[in-house]
Formats: sequence, structure tokens, C-alpha cells
Amino acid sequence: MIYLDNSATTKPDASVLASFIKVNEELWYNPSSIHAGGEQANKLLETARAQVATVLKTKAKSVVFTSGGTESSNFVLRQTALEKKDIGRHILLSAVEHPSVREVGLYLAQQGYEVEWLDVDQTGTVLPSELKQKIRKDTIIVSVQHVNNEIGTIQPIKELVAITRNHSRASFHVDAVQSFGKLPVDFEQLPVDWITLSSHKYHGLKGSGIAACNRSITLEPFILGGGQESGYRSGTTAVAQAVSTARATRLAFEEQPQNFIRLTKMQRILRKAVTELPLVTILTPELAAPHILSVAVKGVKGEVLVNALEKKGIYVSTSSACSSKKTSTSHVLEAMGVSKELIDGVIRISMSKDTTEQEIESFNQTFQEILQLLERNLHT
Amino acid sequence: MKWDRILVRYGELSTKGRNRRQFTNRLRDNIRFSFEDIPTLQLQAERDRMFLTTDTDADMDKLLHRLPAVFGIQSFSPVAKTEKSIDAMAATTIAILEELETDGKTCKVNVKRSDKSFPHETNEIQHLVASQVLRHFDGLSAKMKEPDYIIKIEILKDAAYISAQTIMGAGGMPVGSNGRSLLMLSGGIDSPVAGYLMLKRGVRLDAIHFHSPPYTSERSLDKVKDLAEKLSHFGATVRLHVIPFTEIQEAIQQQIPKNVSMTTTRRMMLKIADQVREEIAALAIVTGESLGQVASQTLESLTAINEVTTTPVLRPLIAEDKTTIIQIAQEIGTYETSILPYEDCCTIFVPSSPKTKPKLEKVTFYESFETFDERIEKAVSEREVYRFPEKKQKPTFDEFL
Repeated sequence: MIYLDNSATTKPDASVLASFIKVNEELWYNPSSIHAGGEQANKLLETARAQVATVLKTKAKSVVFTSGGTESSNFVLRQTALEKKDIGRHILLSAVEHPSVREVGLYLAQQGYEVEWLDVDQTGTVLPSELKQKIRKDTIIVSVQHVNNEIGTIQPIKELVAITRNHSRASFHVDAVQSFGKLPVDFEQLPVDWITLSSHKYHGLKGSGIAACNRSITLEPFILGGGQESGYRSGTTAVAQAVSTARATRLAFEEQPQNFIRLTKMQRILRKAVTELPLVTILTPELAAPHILSVAVKGVKGEVLVNALEKKGIYVSTSSACSSKKTSTSHVLEAMGVSKELIDGVIRISMSKDTTEQEIESFNQTFQEILQLLERNLHT
Repeated sequence: MKWDRILVRYGELSTKGRNRRQFTNRLRDNIRFSFEDIPTLQLQAERDRMFLTTDTDADMDKLLHRLPAVFGIQSFSPVAKTEKSIDAMAATTIAILEELETDGKTCKVNVKRSDKSFPHETNEIQHLVASQVLRHFDGLSAKMKEPDYIIKIEILKDAAYISAQTIMGAGGMPVGSNGRSLLMLSGGIDSPVAGYLMLKRGVRLDAIHFHSPPYTSERSLDKVKDLAEKLSHFGATVRLHVIPFTEIQEAIQQQIPKNVSMTTTRRMMLKIADQVREEIAALAIVTGESLGQVASQTLESLTAINEVTTTPVLRPLIAEDKTTIIQIAQEIGTYETSILPYEDCCTIFVPSSPKTKPKLEKVTFYESFETFDERIEKAVSEREVYRFPEKKQKPTFDEFL
């Protein structure tokens, strides 16, 4: 089996899994307990938190462990909207955000906030001029993802932050779920207010994520209870999840530079092969994230391609795993203005540090065979 | 910016007539102690200043970063070395100012020409260097009185030395220049601050802590160890004497009426502290008491407690407000540790309404029914001593992370 659906999830790193098990075997105590066991578990938890903070270049107190990227985005957006409602009600989100941000935007619009969408060009990029036009004095949130999950577009976060700072007092949130481990991600690279991450997208475990702030957190909690995580997120802290996340985060951070070079090289091989195929249009722009390539095949449903590849032992997805089970059209591709005849025929190939050149070669070979077969069947 | 040496000014030391050498030697030893992790550090002490040099830039950064915590330094300046030509001096000055905010700022150039063979006169050098520097920065202007930056250029035999910043040091006096005291360290907010202020006046510290398991936990002892560790970062080792206090505390509970039990507890603590003080040849006892803060810190209480000894009991916080104390604690980094919510021996046996004006004769009358002295001897001899900064490594959890 060749796994090319790494934007949906990645295989847990063996040492991350080992660390998860080790914590559950040796330091499974409740970190809130005052006995020595609890104390040790708490020290381990806080060391993990400090490690994540060092990677992201912020203070340990500004790192909250959550259940994943979706919870992190929900916490940041909903609680910031609540906190700033007296300053303004205007919220700007890019038109190509992941549902975990998009749906919160739609919900806030129902709650009486004025939610506007930042349009993108045909590469899926939010242009700084677009933000300049729509930002207002009373804008309280700007949320733009770092890398698009469906086609891999990198957003010009630095420029967007600069504009936001000059024209408003808005909090800037970046969903860096797709970029962490592939591109440099920290508060110096992305001078934003909030970065949210999901462990399982970089070889950690599902069910754990991070919400990190560039200064002291002032938000009210989203989940109330025993006041764990300095009160920002209640519920007995899952130490093993936090610790394995901290390990995955460190490994992804350390391997990022060479990972980027490797993935870029494989992306080139993939592109070169796909470009020569009939009926295929590449949707991912040239200067995109190194691990994602989205292509559209004219006249063929994406689902058919996924099934055909799976028969040959290759896993890819339609435009995004989250929305691939829905029959609705991808809002990302619509926002980019992808033509009607292409929009249903999109598949996403996404790689990780485990992907080899050999696997890419075999994908190219297989994909070519499938397309030749389809072409004969469709155009006879 | 690449710095070649650091110029250290003594400040208060400079006024100490004949004992001066003693102080400067002490300061030199303390700097060596504080920077044991920089083996390449070289010190050159002169009459009213000291030069520090290291082999690498990284070590230089460490020095600049940590020098503000060493007592006995009034101020210091990073100095760059350059060849003796007008152009080189101007270029170095510009490089220094590049790293500082120059927009809308003012500066002047001071030249000291110790090497009289240098072809230009002092005023001439000032003029030539300043004109090049001012031309380079648009927003920078010259000002003779109280400029933002005074660029000091010293021309010596081997090279010219240039500095532009004066960074304030911690002030005070080198630790150890004023003998040794014993600090009563409870784990609260005040006592570490009292210790810090004594260190700042050049006093060497030992600390004493009363531990009453199971009434107080290992956690609260860890907290006190942490505080002792933090105090040791101010330039001298701190020994911590942990007194097993449970038996005495239980005896007090059984023997002494509730409302004066606290006074007796303090008296016993002070007695024990005094014995330890004698053993370690310290001259005074230091406490974090602040007038009127709690029942044991009224003048009447202090009098009744102090009666057990004639040793000077120093109370550097006696007239400080709580807010000021908290501020200092935050600055020196002990506050976070102090507010951890573990019970200590002072909080656990607190009666609901302790006497704020205990009568001394009553207290001594109640105490006379119990032989405390033997228990005190035993507690002192069974004490455990820890030394900070601790040599042993804390667990790092590397195998998990």
C-alpha cells in the first residue's frame, strides 16, 4: 500500500507512540493530585508545555493543550469574538478556510457578528489588497490559514498581519495545521496572535492539538470545569497526549528544513509526470506547500479516480478528506473559480516524511495507466 | 555587534578608603564564581574599574546577560576594540549605533587620548569622528548636555576602545564583604525578599527552614529548596538547614494554650535558629517580618519572641508595604514559587484568634511546664543540610520528550 493522503492524517511516529505508552505505564497519575505521583506527572506535563513553547517561540503559559485543531480554532475564534464584542462585531475570514474555522464564522454570523469573507485569486491566495479593502477600525478577528488543506496554497501571512496591525486592533489567528513540519512555523516567522496546530498532521496522535498565543492568554475558557490548563481548558489533562504531542512537535520542528527539501524534490517529480498526462490540470500553484499536489481530471469524478487508485493499492483523497464524504462541491475550489467541468474531478495527493521517491514513481506509472484506460472508455 | 571586552564600574566600593582592595578582590572572586561556566573569562582589576574579556562572542553575550544580577557593580559597558585611525573609529561607532535606536536621539563623543603619540588632538578626534557619525544617521543629532548616548573613545598604546552604552548593574556590595547571617526561610513571599536584600548588602547567607511532616508535605520542602536555589543565583552559595520540627510542634499543641501557641512556636524557632547560627559562626539572624502584617509581627509579638536571644535579629522588610515586597519578589523571580499553594508549618497550626499582644510572663509561665531545651538540641543535631546551587541534575524527562 502506498499512502498519499497525508493531509488527512499521518502515520504516528514510532517514538511518539512509544512515549505515549511509556507515560501511560509509568506516569499515568492525575497531574492535579498533590501526591508525589501527581507531582511527577505535573512536572512532566509542564516540561512538555515548555518544550512546545520553545519551538513556537512563546511563553510556556501561553500554550494550551487541546483535543485537536478543530477545538483549538473553535476556542480561539469563539472566545475572542466574545472578548472583543464591545470593541466591534466585524470578523474577516478567508474564503478558503478549513471547516473548523469556516463553520465557526457561519455560527458567529448567526449570533449577530458581521462576518465577511476575504476573496482569493485563481491560485487560492488572499491578496493583501483584498484585506486592505475590507478591514475596518472595528474588525476584531482576522483568521487566515497558513497553508490551504485542499490545494496547498501558502498565504502571505506576514503582509496580512502588517495590514491588520496598521488598520485595526483585531486578533490575527493562523490555522497552521497543514504547514507545521513542512514550513517554518513560530511567532517570529508568523507574527500573529494565535497559532493552532493538530498533532496527527505531523506524525503525532489523533485527539491532541495545541492553541498557542504570542502573549499572555486573556480569553475566557471554552470548556468549564476543574480549572485545568490554568483554567483555559478544563478536563483532566491528558498528560500522555500532551507529552507525545510535545515530542511530535519537537521532531517535526527539527526535521522541517530537510523535510522541506525532500518534499520539494518529490513534488517536482510528481508535477513533471502529471503535466504530461492528457485531460489533467494541476490546481496547486507553483509556489505552494511542498507536500500537496491537487489535480483535476476533465470529465471524470474524483471519487472514481480515488477508487481506481485504491484498487491498485494507492491511497489518495478527493479535494479534502473532511469534505470528501459530502456530495457538495468544495467551497475552496469554488472560491478559486475552478471551472464547472473540472471541479468534480479533483484528487489531492499529499506526502509526508515517510513518502519515498519510489512510491511517487509508482503512483505516476499507475495514474498514467488509469487515465489511459479512462480516456479510452470515456471517449470511444 | 562584536564586543571585545566589558568595562565594569564599582560605584559604592570606590568610597571605601583603606578596605577597598578587600572589596575589589571580593567582587573579582564573586564574578569568577558566578561565571564558573565560562572558563575563558579573564579579569583585569584596576583601582576603580575592572575589565572582563572572553574568547568567544557567545560567552560575551552570556556575560552581558547575567552581569546585572551580580552585586557590587554600579554599571558596565560593552567595549569594542578598533585600530587607531579616524575612519576605523568612526566605522566602529557607527556599527555600535546601528544596533540602537537613533531616530530622534542625541549623542556626543568623548575622547580620552592616553597615547599622546596619536597624531590628532582630542578635540580634533571628537570633531572628525562625530561628523562622520552624524552624517551616517539622519535622525541623530549632537547635544553636549545630557545626550542619549555618550560615545566614549579611549586611545591606548595597542588600540582604540569604544563604548556607547552604560548598563546599570545591581548596585549594592559584593556578597561576602559583610560577613554571614542566617535567614529564616518559610516558603512565603517575604523571607526570600529579605534574603535578597541582605545579599545585596554583601552579606553571605545560610538559610534555616522548619519542616513538620506529615503536617507539611515534601512539596512544601521542595518549594523552599527552590527558593534557596534562586537566592544562590545572586553570587554566592546558600546552605539550607532543614530542622525536623514535628515533635516540638506537637508538644506545643499539647502544652500551650491555643491563643499564645503561635508566640511559643516562634520563640522555639528563634532559639533553634540561634543555635544553628552559633554553629555556623554567623553573626546575625535575618527574618522577613514586616510590621503589623500578621499577629506574630506586631511590636508586642516581636518583643515577646525576641526575648529568647540577644543576637541581632535583622528585619530588612520591617517598614515595607506588602505591594513593594511583592514587586521585588516578582523582579527577583521568587514570587511564582512562593505562591504555590502548599501548607507550611506556619499556616497549619494557626489558631483561629492568636493573641496580637501576648504577655511575655504568661508565655514563659506556660512554657515552664515542658522541657523544650532537650527537644531543641535533638532537632538541631538531626537537621539536614543542603547546598545550593545544587550540583545534581534535575530529571529532564528526555526519554519521554
